[in-house]
Amino acid sequence: MSAVLSPVDAPPARELTGAATAARNRRIKVWSIRVVLVAAWLGSWELAATYWIDPFFYSKPSQVWSKLVDWFTVGTSQGSIWTNIAATMQEAVLGFVLGALAGIVLGVLLGRSPLLSDICAPFIKALNAVPRIVLASLFVIWFGLGMQSKIATAFILVFFSVFFNAFQGAREVDRNLINNARVLGASKLQVLTTIVLPSATSWILASLHSAFGFALIGAVVGEVVGAETGLGLLISRSQGNFDTPGIYAGMIVITVLALLAEAILTALEKRLLKWRPTAAHEQGAQL
Amino acid sequence: MTTGPVIELRAATKRFRGATGGVHTAVRELTMSVQPGEFVAVVGPTGCGKSTTLSLVSGLEPPSSGVALVRGEPVLGIPDGIGYMFQNDAVQPWRSVLDNVAAGPRYRGMTKAKAREKARAWVDKVGLGTFAGYYPHQLSGGMRKRVALAATLVNEPSILLMDEPFSALDVQTRALMQDELLRLWSGSNADGSTLDPASRSSVIFVTHDLDEAIALADKVIVMTASPATIKASFEVDLPRPRLVEEIRMTPEFQLMYRQIWESLREEVDKARERSVVAG
Repeated sequence: MSAVLSPVDAPPARELTGAATAARNRRIKVWSIRVVLVAAWLGSWELAATYWIDPFFYSKPSQVWSKLVDWFTVGTSQGSIWTNIAATMQEAVLGFVLGALAGIVLGVLLGRSPLLSDICAPFIKALNAVPRIVLASLFVIWFGLGMQSKIATAFILVFFSVFFNAFQGAREVDRNLINNARVLGASKLQVLTTIVLPSATSWILASLHSAFGFALIGAVVGEVVGAETGLGLLISRSQGNFDTPGIYAGMIVITVLALLAEAILTALEKRLLKWRPTAAHEQGAQL
Repeated sequence: MTTGPVIELRAATKRFRGATGGVHTAVRELTMSVQPGEFVAVVGPTGCGKSTTLSLVSGLEPPSSGVALVRGEPVLGIPDGIGYMFQNDAVQPWRSVLDNVAAGPRYRGMTKAKAREKARAWVDKVGLGTFAGYYPHQLSGGMRKRVALAATLVNEPSILLMDEPFSALDVQTRALMQDELLRLWSGSNADGSTLDPASRSSVIFVTHDLDEAIALADKVIVMTASPATIKASFEVDLPRPRLVEEIRMTPEFQLMYRQIWESLREEVDKARERSVVAG
């Protein structure tokens, strides 16, 4: 760290290595504090549950861990953990893809058509105000205990989060770019595909990050409400059996899945937005 | 080839509905014409409605009354052979330099490979050969202008509309781009000889910079303060080919400048007074 305080007339090479060392030191510091925090949290939980609070209600990390090991080696009460993960992921991904497509298409359409958006505005506001997660119960009645009801729940959650961003993105397209493309000879469709869509892409991608989280929530809640398989069913069964570690274990599996999906989406975003300057790109990722 | 003017405005008036419900007249009773191969500069005080003139010719905005004619036909929609360079550079940030320039031919149905081949030649012509794969945010303002210029010229427009295209550039870069524009406009045939003046594209170049107007144009049109109409028109009899930095030093240029400035100054003062009152 002393390199940072080096005199102003120090050679640039030394300053550079100094900066690199400082950056590395900082990273080490950040990570070690993170590890200490997690260890302190898990440790105090473990200790408290062993000597003070009732592990029957609150469980403890070691129990959750053995539950996870049990699920992945022996299997769950609902069959192999992998079939349950596959079921939940299938619902989430299908709901995500359909919801995102519908959201993008309708969002861009309404964003480009002032008349349509004027007509639809109050309905969309009303629909957005409905507590959509409750629709999961309705979808179970409509579509039964199978996959369709979960896909529908995931769809509805994803649709709205993507729709509003696509709508905004399509509205904020630079008029200059559109006029320029028209003069260059672009048809209406070409303006849409080569100007409106790419310029709305950064808005849309920002919403896709949170949207996959919503898709997972939709699928899991749908399964908690009523299902034959899936992680949500595992959690609701654990709840029925007062199996607290099972609930935690289910949460952890879902969290890991969400983080993996997030990583994939970030990679996709980087690829699609490679034309953007770095600073703006980082801001976009934070949204 | 018809002998009449390529572009004609007859008593064209354009009114816009203001945000507060009032009606704003941008141009009033505008009558002007541009001959084939003629380079016309339009000068006027800032915000007087110069850009509106170009929207009328390009068909992006229909006139409220009067007519706009291109090659003798009333303008309905965007006429063929129009190139339009906007004040803000309208390059597509998600396309590389090459693909930006190839956009026009692509829109007009050329295959990707052919369009790129054509674009490649223009990218070279504006001196960006080594930057073909760069994205616009990696370029300087002057380089982005070159991209916009190439993207406009690649369609080989017979009518070129330019809306203060270089106003955002620094002085040196601007002079460079002006020379570049004159070079490309006066053009070279495939064999290297210069184009016959009548087969050059007709240009309307809007600017608030009188220096620029005289250095580039065959004819300078002075517009009145808003609502804009034509106040006076001056023929510029300076020899071509011109180098803008050099021609500005000549006594003929200075004389011309003084003459036109006399006419323009009143309007600039008027516009200034009005903005003080409004402010």
